Parts: sequence; C-alpha cells; structure tokens
Amino acid sequence: MLKQIEGSQAVAQAVALSRPEVISAYPITPQTHIVEDLGMMVKSGELSPCEFLLVESEFGALSACIGSSAAGARSYTATSSQGMLFMMEAVYNASGMGLPIVMTVGNRAIGAPINIWNDWSDSMSARDAGWIQLFVETNQEAVDVHIQAFKLAEELSMPVMVCMDGFILTHSYSQVDIPSQELVDRYLPPFQPRQVLDPSAPVSMGAMVGPEAFTEVRYLAHHKQREALKLITEQSAEFAELIGRDSGGLLKEYDSAGKETVVVTMGSVIGTMKEVLAGMREEGHSIGALTVRSFRPFPIEALQEALKDARRVIVFEKSLAVGMGGILANDIRMATRGLNLEVHSVIGGLGGRPITRANLRRMFEKGLNDQLNRIHFHDMRMDVVNRELEREKAQRLSGSAAENILSDVGMVAAAKTI
Amino acid sequence: MPQLPESKQKVKFYQTGTFTVGNRLLEQDQRTVQATIDRSNSLDSGHRACQGCGEALGARFAIDAAMRATNNQLIAANATGCLEVFTTPYPETAWSIPWIHSLFGNAAAVASGIAAALKVKGRNDVRVIAQGGDGGTTDIGFGCLSGTFDRNDDVLYICYNNQAYMNTGVQRSSATPAAARTATTQPVGDEPGNVFNTGKSVPLVAIAHQIPYVATASVHDLHDLELKVTRAMQIRGARYIEIFVPCPLGWGSLPGDTIKIARYAVECGMYPLLEGEYGEITAVTKIRRRVSVADYLKLQRRFAHVFKPGNAHQLEQLQAIADRNIRRFDLISREGDI
Ligand SMILES: Cc1ncc(C[n+]2csc(CCOP(=O)(O)OP(=O)(O)O)c2C)c(N)n1
Ligand code: SF4
Ligand SMILES: [Mg+2]
Repeated sequence: MLKQIEGSQAVAQAVALSRPEVISAYPITPQTHIVEDLGMMVKSGELSPCEFLLVESEFGALSACIGSSAAGARSYTATSSQGMLFMMEAVYNASGMGLPIVMTVGNRAIGAPINIWNDWSDSMSARDAGWIQLFVETNQEAVDVHIQAFKLAEELSMPVMVCMDGFILTHSYSQVDIPSQELVDRYLPPFQPRQVLDPSAPVSMGAMVGPEAFTEVRYLAHHKQREALKLITEQSAEFAELIGRDSGGLLKEYDSAGKETVVVTMGSVIGTMKEVLAGMREEGHSIGALTVRSFRPFPIEALQEALKDARRVIVFEKSLAVGMGGILANDIRMATRGLNLEVHSVIGGLGGRPITRANLRRMFEKGLNDQLNRIHFHDMRMDVVNRELEREKAQRLSGSAAENILSDVGMVAAAKTI
Repeated sequence: MPQLPESKQKVKFYQTGTFTVGNRLLEQDQRTVQATIDRSNSLDSGHRACQGCGEALGARFAIDAAMRATNNQLIAANATGCLEVFTTPYPETAWSIPWIHSLFGNAAAVASGIAAALKVKGRNDVRVIAQGGDGGTTDIGFGCLSGTFDRNDDVLYICYNNQAYMNTGVQRSSATPAAARTATTQPVGDEPGNVFNTGKSVPLVAIAHQIPYVATASVHDLHDLELKVTRAMQIRGARYIEIFVPCPLGWGSLPGDTIKIARYAVECGMYPLLEGEYGEITAVTKIRRRVSVADYLKLQRRFAHVFKPGNAHQLEQLQAIADRNIRRFDLISREGDI
C-alpha cells in the first residue's frame, strides 16, 4: 500500500512485517524513531508475539539480541554513531557466533567533536566485523531491503546491517509502498536456526577456539560472505518477482555502461547526483554513476564488469580513514586492479555537510578536466584549515581545533554577509 | 527426569571438611546429596579447574540445584572468566545443559535476551541463569546486570565471588577485600595490598534494586546454597545470588583448605550470609562458632604481609570491618535466640 510517511516509520513497518520476535532498543539520534514506532506496535498488539526490551545501553541491546537469537527468536535492533561503537564488542561477537540478527544503522558521524548528522563513519567502523552491510538509496529501498535482510541473515546464519543515511532518509517523508503481510509471509519463512539453546538438546555455544582451528573458522566466515554475493542477487531477484520492485542486489547502475567517467558512491547521495549527471550527459559528457549496495561482502567481480569500459572513476564517500584516505575508494582501487583506470577519491558530506547540485557539478567538472587530486576533500574550506594550522604553529596552547575552526567559520560567514 | 546422554558416566562425589555430619541429622529428603543416580551433573567431571577451586564446587551445586528446581529445563549464559575457560575449550565441554558464552561484560543482557525469546515462544517452563565471576559482575558487567534487575527480567544471576580477576592472573576487582594482595595491589608502601575503603557490595546494590530475591551463600554450606538456589528458582523476576568461592591459586591457600576458608570468612563476619526481598534484608545466617579475622587470614598468602611487624594496624582495621558487619547485620545470636 502506498503511504506518505517518514523513513523511520516505513522501516518500522517493514521490520514489523518481518515478524521479529525480540526487539531490543536504546535511543540514539537519528535511529530512535524506528524503535519508538516498533515499541508502539508491540504495546498495541499490532506486532505480536514480540518482546520489546528497553535496555541500559547499546552494548546491552545487541547482547540481548545475541541471547534471543541464540535461543531461536528472530531478533532486531537499531543504532547509530556512538551507539555502534558502544556495542562494538557485541557486534563482532554476534557475527562470530553466526547469529542472524538484523540491525538498522541510521548512519551518523562519530565524535569527538560530537556531531549528530549524517556520514558513514559508524558503519565503516564495523566494516571488518563479519556482518553483511547493505546500503540503501531511498526509503522504498530501506523498506524492501529490511525484509530481504532477515531472509539473507537467516539463510546464511550471519547478521546483517541495513545502512541508511541518518536524517536524509530516517527523517524524511516520502511515498513508500509497504508490501502486504501476505506477500512478506510468502517471501520470508519462519526462522529456523542452525544451532539453538534448548534443554532437550543441550549445546555449548561461544567456547574458546585456539590457534589450531582459528584460521579455518575465520576463513569460513570470509568464504560465506563471498558466497553471499550470489545469494543477495538471487534473493533480491526473488523479491523483485514477488513484489515487483528491484530494490536490492549488489550494485545499481545509473547510465554507467560504456561511459568514460563513472561516479561510484553509496546510499542516498545518488539521488542528487543523478540529476546533475543527467544534465552533464545532455551537454555531451560521457559520465554515469553506480552505487555499491552490498558494501560487505564487497562485489569485486560485479564492479570489474561494470567498470570495464571506464577510464576514470570518481569515488564519492562520506567516510574517511584518517591517515589513509577514502575507505570505499581504496576498496574500489583493489577491486579494479588490472583495469586501465584512474581512481579519484572524493571525501564529502562529513558530519552532515550539505551536498548540493552546484558543488557536485563543480567537483565532477574538475574530474572531467583531470583536476582532482588522488584524495579530494569535497567542499572543504582550505583557508579555514590553514588559519588553524598557522595558529598551532604560532602558539603552543592553541586550544581546541574544533572550537577555533568553528569561531573562524562563524567570523567568515559573518564577514560574507556584510 | 529425562535420561542422561549415554556417554555421560555416573560419577560419584565425596566431600570432606564440611559440616556434612550435620547432613545425617536431617530428614532424608532434606539432605545434601553428593551423588545419586539421577543427579544432573550439569557441570560434569573432566574440566580444568585448579584443585580445590571453590568456583567449580559452587557452580556444580548451584546449577544442579537449579536443574532440580526446574525439572531440568534450564539454559545458562556465562561471562568470560575462569568458569567459562576451565569448562569449555572447544570441542570439549563440561556442561550438559544448554550453555552460551558471549562476552565478559554482557552475561546478564544475554540472559535477558534468552528469557525474552522463551517468553515470546511461550516456554514458561524453561528458565534462565546468568553466571560470572566477581569481575564480570561487579565491574565490567555491572551496567548490564543493573539493566536486568531494573527490568525485573526473569533471570537468576549467580556471581561466583573469588574476589579478583583470576582468569587473567589475579588482578584486583571491586570485590577484592581491603589489604589483599593481588597482581595489581602489591604489598608495598604505607598501605600494603588493596587500599581500605574501596570496593562495593553488589548484594546490597542488588537489594537496592528492589528485585524479588537476593542472597549470599558460601561453598562451605552447600545445603544452604542449594536451598537459596531452589528458593530463587521458585520466584519469577530478577534474582541475584552471590557465592563466596575461595580460589587456592589466587589466594595462596591450600586446595584442601577451600571449605575451611569459606567457613571462616562467614564465621569471622567478613562475608555475611543474607537474604533480601524487594529491597529489604529478610534473613541473616547467624555465626555459629565465631573465629577471629586473623584465623581466617592466616590461611591465605594474599594476606601474609598483614602479619608482618609494623602492620598490626591493618589487622585491626580488618577486624573492625568484620565487627561492623556483625553489628550491622546482627550476625551473632544473643541470649534467648535459638
Ligand atoms: C572486554 C574484556 N576485557 C578484559 C577481558 C580479559 N578478561 C577475561 S576473564 C577476566 C577476569 C575474570 O575475572 P572474574 O570475572 O572475577 O572471573 P574469575 O576468572 O575470577 O572467575 C578478564 C579481565 C575480556 N575478556 N574482555
Ligand atoms: S584460578 Fe582460582 S577460580 Fe580459577 S580455576 Fe583456579 S582455583 Fe578456580
Ligand atoms: Mg573473580
């Protein structure tokens, strides 16, 4: 049914349609609306049978899901930012034990300096944790991919994160089609665990493994994720056939085939990019885009195929590996080894910095004119950075860089308006 | 009672050094039974605990009592620590119950999750225990534990208190007593060993959560321990039992003295045995034959420095702690009391 609703509400409804049996939640912006809505549905009986646990921390939230999932209940939680870091030990533990928990990440920056707005630092901090990570573009995709996530997780005995841009998606209203319960039930069978805590067949879970088997255990996790590439494609095709929408998969191409320059990104920013790129193509530029939807496992072969004719790739990402550069860009460089391409890494949108058609257009043009550095910080004020560097050179007790920069920016902004 | 798996040997256990003689004075059905054909042996033989490990003994009796009380319908979540390590390196396990180890600091939350799963599946008959050492309980697992108490989840949390982080080589925890030597509280300087006026009593903190049941127990009185666990399993909601479990390796005591040390800890007033319900202390175990704190400490090398010349003030301070417990919890029978 088509509804005009908030992204978080839409996700809550998709999760509810997936019949989770235990939901464990802790508030953090911008994820909170999702679990608030789910809490309401459990309280009202609309979502039943389901236990809703209000825990004391994100560490407790995911730990409770570890317990409930191990006891055979379909389990769900959601988090963002600091919450992801707070639960990190349990993040690795859940995947290590092969527990098919589904978690929404309302993507948000990580402090300090504390910042509630969108970038991908939280999901990136867990990129090596052994979870599947699926990034969505729209709230429609968020709905569809959540339903697929439960099926994928349970088929693989592996937890799945659905990563959606905080505020941009979680707090925006749009028209979303919510599938019927009947269709979802046809798509998603009840949870059948591979191993379960049950007094009639006692098992010991989570015991110690030494050097004699650890490599094989870790390899198997890797192997399973590589296998998941196939399953993600199959299951999203199955979903498309049943619901009539292609919402999952490994990649999505936006007129990238045969183009000289291809922009590669993830998440919602493609929405703005699409328009800009269409305009540029109309002007005769050979430029297209694609989004990586399955960030973990990383679709190496699919990317090689999709980028085989490109000469230049501009990777745009809202994440930064401090001291190295772009995270997605580095993965793309690795995946496209052997292809004859130049990979430019563009880092933008950090901590919610607006990404506009105008600033994207300027950046793409630079790319087309070979003026992008190997690492380019999108829409960054180098004058502001330099001013702080000068200050730090001039005085030992230079104070908080974040505070200094913010007062500089305020002054500059004020000066501009005069 | 369901049949035990065929591979399980029916092991017989004998115990010495306790008041087991008293056992014989009890009615047949009230006796602490070491070995019967249908004992669950939930924590079976073959594990790697040190000789004389109080934690192994405490866990064996606590879990078997819980199994009896729940008709063997029990699941346990275990924190990282000695109990986890000595019972289960894969592919071996000493547990014949469904058992999960997740992390050091989340046993309570994992157990809450299991309880939620059982509830949603309508399995009211299956009950949940979380268990861990003092470090996993009073320090790193304290947040999750408090959450489980706060929500009154249907979980019995058992803390095996051996008063330090044993699994990592005997470091101080917030349950380490004053003056005790650990690897991080060495007997050097003016205040040898663990500093005075630090630490916390989680049983009292648990009582402050107003949960249905809290108790302390000790491995020298297994009958009392079993009764408390049984009692706890008859109640729904969050429950906490802390068991005093001497650790020969960490305390520098003789394996054969484990029971004696546990008894002395209680009988000198250092470790009061109490029960609490809904925020109030409802029962204390009176001291039967009082001993001095020195008698208790002498058996443990972790307190050896207390007996060195010049450290008499420490011994006095420690005795004062026990005296205060005795006063505060009314641990000595007065005339007229039975
Ligand atoms: C997050 C984390 N920090 C530290 C450790 C290391 N560690 C494992 S067991 C342990 C000590 C356990 O002490 P306690 O809970 O008292 O149990 P005991 O071994 O004494 O029975 C420590 C510090 C860990 N496993 N995880
Ligand atoms: S170190 Fe202490 S607690 Fe650990 S197994 Fe040995 S005696 Fe038991
Ligand atoms: Mg300990």
